[in-house]
Amino acid sequence: MDIYYHLDQVSFRYSDQWVLRDFSLDVREGEILGIIGPNGSGKTSLLKLMAGLLQPQVGRLSLRGQDISTLGARALARQVAVVPQEHHVLFPFTVAEVVLMGRFVHQNGWGWESPEDLRIARAVLQVMDLEPLVDRTFQELSGGERQRTIIARALAQQAPILLLDEPTAFLDIKHQLEIYATLRRLNQDRGVTIVVVSHDLNLASQYCQRLLLLHEGRGFRTGSPAEVLTAENLGIVYGCEVLIDQHPEAGTPRITLPALVSVGGVFKNDTRTTLF
Amino acid sequence: MGTFAHAGVHADRLLPPLTLRRWVKTIAVLIVVSFLGLLICLQYGTERIPFSRMLHLLAGSETLGSTGLSPGVILWDVRLPRLILAFLVGSSLATVGVALQALLRNPLADPYILGISSGAALGAALAVQFGVSWAFAGFSAVHLFAFVGAAVTIIGIYHIASADGRIPVQTLLLAGVIINAILSALILFITSLSDSTSAFRLFFWLMGSLATLGYAGLLALTAYVVLGILVLFGQARHLNLLSLGEEPAHGLGLEVEGVKRVIFFTSALLTGAVVAVSGLIGFVGMIVPHAVRMILGPDHRLLLPASALVGGTFLGIADTIARSLLAPSELPVGVITALCGGPFFIYLLITRRKSHMG
Repeated sequence: MDIYYHLDQVSFRYSDQWVLRDFSLDVREGEILGIIGPNGSGKTSLLKLMAGLLQPQVGRLSLRGQDISTLGARALARQVAVVPQEHHVLFPFTVAEVVLMGRFVHQNGWGWESPEDLRIARAVLQVMDLEPLVDRTFQELSGGERQRTIIARALAQQAPILLLDEPTAFLDIKHQLEIYATLRRLNQDRGVTIVVVSHDLNLASQYCQRLLLLHEGRGFRTGSPAEVLTAENLGIVYGCEVLIDQHPEAGTPRITLPALVSVGGVFKNDTRTTLF
Repeated sequence: MGTFAHAGVHADRLLPPLTLRRWVKTIAVLIVVSFLGLLICLQYGTERIPFSRMLHLLAGSETLGSTGLSPGVILWDVRLPRLILAFLVGSSLATVGVALQALLRNPLADPYILGISSGAALGAALAVQFGVSWAFAGFSAVHLFAFVGAAVTIIGIYHIASADGRIPVQTLLLAGVIINAILSALILFITSLSDSTSAFRLFFWLMGSLATLGYAGLLALTAYVVLGILVLFGQARHLNLLSLGEEPAHGLGLEVEGVKRVIFFTSALLTGAVVAVSGLIGFVGMIVPHAVRMILGPDHRLLLPASALVGGTFLGIADTIARSLLAPSELPVGVITALCGGPFFIYLLITRRKSHMG
């Protein structure tokens, strides 16, 4: 198996505060890697580095052996599709129009969408359960519908690597499940490599083959969900007591918050980083 | 949500949202309507030339009178060049407005927002103040000074706004506002030094006027404007992506910084030339893009050319009204664009509230 992403001693800061420090990681072809950690632990910055939106000040970040800073946006977009955490669409574009924009990287010049573009757009609209909404404008959609539209746009891009930042925020449980089921199907049937930032530890535990637990800009643990999601690890990183048992079907670790909060520190409700 | 059987049909019918067929049909209708509208405009002025006579004159089947202001001379040497100028200016303003609204991610952007207009105004003020009177290739000194003023401002704004090869949109807007304030102060300073005749000339220029440019100047301007507008048309899909934000656009494969530079410089150079020949004509660059977007949707492949046609025709009609309403005296065309465009825009806002400004 190939190494897709190779991060070697990467450090990144926005101004004077280091967000990631001496961080190393390999992302392997065909895996689903979950990035978890508390607010401000560097998850989104890490994803943006992988998306080529940020450049590290120290260290090297390569994609399939090529330094990512040498890749142009077009070359990058052919390999990596990104689902950002927030999305604003300025003008009243419809769902169909937004999804078709995912085909940009496969199109040339000024022209019109090819039959292939349309076929793929229809397929992803169906996968994301968006068919009834094709002619709605993005502004008219609910938070969850917007999220699904943006994921559909990323799928239309047909890149071998998919980066998602909190894809199930704003979604109800049915659509949370569907998103992760879709990700798993893309991974198993098409070999798409997936890196997903998640606040939902249980979904991450169930669907990711490997987890990276970030703590104050450094990798705290990397490994299978059973290795990473221990009461001890989570207690140190999140500063809060958790109960861990097994998922009744999958057997993966299941995290439950205790009935009485008995931590000394402040309890942080950690299910959402930002609202719109 | 509808049923699935229905939804399938629905999706098929609605993909793709913009077909070549729809594009050709819409643009063809707009070209015909624009052409007829402008033809009707040609009749009007201080003196009305009946439509049939006008067609004879245009077709050349009636010889031009040799003495004074015959209808033929009025038509060929006064009205037609002026109408063409109005169309070029209106098209440019509307196209640049569309481009800048997407580039700056600001639905209220217009071609003057970058402060280039005050650079042009300062150039014009200097030419008027120092009484420079030479001309070149059909352009007066005021035109040329105004254009140089605009060009210098463009370079200044670009250098202020750009940081390590990038031009952050917010900085670009701020740089525009600040340059605008400084240049406006300089213009006021110069006008306060000048006598009342120069001050009045400058004031009139600033209010926007489409006083005739000769055919030589018009030809050069046409080539310039058409080239600029075509460059912006070429950015149509890039503007669609930029409407999603710069990071998503990058993620979808757009070389954002390069595209932003092309759009900035093309828009700025178009605005500079247009302001140089016509002064400040408000409303066209902001209202036309909105009105067209509300009716035809936000896809820039259709929005850009449609706005160019509508903007050109709108300014042609507005200028005809400005010339004819109180003939023989003339109203500033900006008065007409604001009085027609404003209420129409309010009407669109109320009746199509659902279709949102973005």
